[in-house]
Amino acid sequence: MNETEQPVEVNTVIPFGPQHPVLPEPIQLRFTIHQDKVVGVVPNIGYIHRGIEKACELNDYKKNVSLCERVCGICNFMHAMAYCEAVEELTDTEVPDRAKYLRVVWSELSRLQSHLLWLGLFADSIGFESLFMHIWRDREIVLSLNEKTSGHRIHLSTCAIGGVNKDMDKGLISEYKSGMELLERRIRELAPVFYKDRSVKDRTVGKGVLPKKRAMLLGAVGPTARGSGIPQDMRRLGYEAYSNLDFEPVVHDEGDVHARLLVRLEEVFQSIRLIKECLEKMPEGPVMNKNRRFPNGATVVRIEQPRGELFYNVMGNGTKRLRRCRIRTPTLANIPALVDILVGYDVSDIAPIVMSVDPCISCTER
Amino acid sequence: MHILHGALIKMPRMIKRVLRSLLSRPATVRYPFVKPEPARGTRGGISFNMDRCDLCQDCERVCPSSSIKIYQDSGRIEYQPFRCIYCHICVRTCMQRAITPSEMVRGPAYEKSVDVYEVHR
Repeated sequence: MNETEQPVEVNTVIPFGPQHPVLPEPIQLRFTIHQDKVVGVVPNIGYIHRGIEKACELNDYKKNVSLCERVCGICNFMHAMAYCEAVEELTDTEVPDRAKYLRVVWSELSRLQSHLLWLGLFADSIGFESLFMHIWRDREIVLSLNEKTSGHRIHLSTCAIGGVNKDMDKGLISEYKSGMELLERRIRELAPVFYKDRSVKDRTVGKGVLPKKRAMLLGAVGPTARGSGIPQDMRRLGYEAYSNLDFEPVVHDEGDVHARLLVRLEEVFQSIRLIKECLEKMPEGPVMNKNRRFPNGATVVRIEQPRGELFYNVMGNGTKRLRRCRIRTPTLANIPALVDILVGYDVSDIAPIVMSVDPCISCTER
Repeated sequence: MHILHGALIKMPRMIKRVLRSLLSRPATVRYPFVKPEPARGTRGGISFNMDRCDLCQDCERVCPSSSIKIYQDSGRIEYQPFRCIYCHICVRTCMQRAITPSEMVRGPAYEKSVDVYEVHR
């Protein structure tokens, strides 16, 4: 090349997804790459739209519980709970205290299994196969507890309008307690790997940095926001039995992938503690109150999913069919942040950065 | 030097873990040679007890996936196991306790079969 000639700057466009080993679900990110650095990202969603919001308007409002539960596989109980809370508010149905505690137990179990699943997938995305295997083996404890109490490992189907449709006897509660202690012991053994191990820190520290102001501007939610120092947690609104439980949101200020990783890891211990506290405080009594009215009016419910804030806007018109059921899921809120944090990093960092916001595309597209 | 120091500190813990993993039972089962037992109360398929059923259609009304069809005139029930989501709402709803839950789900098949039950009059 002649010295006076300038090298031609060529940008390459690389499609990432919708099928990719790192992505558990279909989303396409089109990366513009310049000299191995990401300079632009265009997200493309719409591969898994199922029209659940419209189906909610055509269905009986009681059957919608099962339908909303199928918006997402991992946090299915929380979707059902958010929908039930909305309908209970519209029909003035009082939920018994025991049912509120049981709902918290099951939602924290969902959070546990979701975070453990993510920790395993994240370890897999940075090539740490043995850690992935260890985490997923420990996740089995949660799944078998789910199966024993609800009848299924993933889709619990225990939430119903007016309470829950399954109760726990003393034997199950003691099994829960021993299961939680075993899980805590196992995860405590694995936790130093996430805190100290060089192979994890090399791939995560200083990557995908999302400063606090930027996170607020882009409307990040959940662990993505908490990893950037924003103490935002919908559980502090005190829905269900959370008002009687003692907890503070887990916050890290660094804003990088490692901070988001540690937020999720520490939330695992927080969830275990909350479940134990719930089982201690759970009162005796019925678990279900019948509702005898059709939903009328409009309401908004905000609850904390494993990935962030879940928003349900349910409108009823006094008949058995709803006028509208609008669902806004945390991954949709986190996509602007995801697009922002990828810019400026190497192609090899794409996988851990994408995984760090824990994208759930089934939720996003409904 | 500090890497060597770190390895010396970690080594006993690693050996302990390796020995424990070697001596403990495997976390997985050798499927299909060993089939895992479902937990008590696992929600599987359903079957109808026609001696008890009064064809009231309660199960059909509550079924979220519309997998149960009841024809009162002919005394016939059609249950589509491949449509069923195993929620067991019908089991809880049935006043006559005519629906028997099982712990096994329907296996894969080439054709979507329909289970037909008829009242013998």
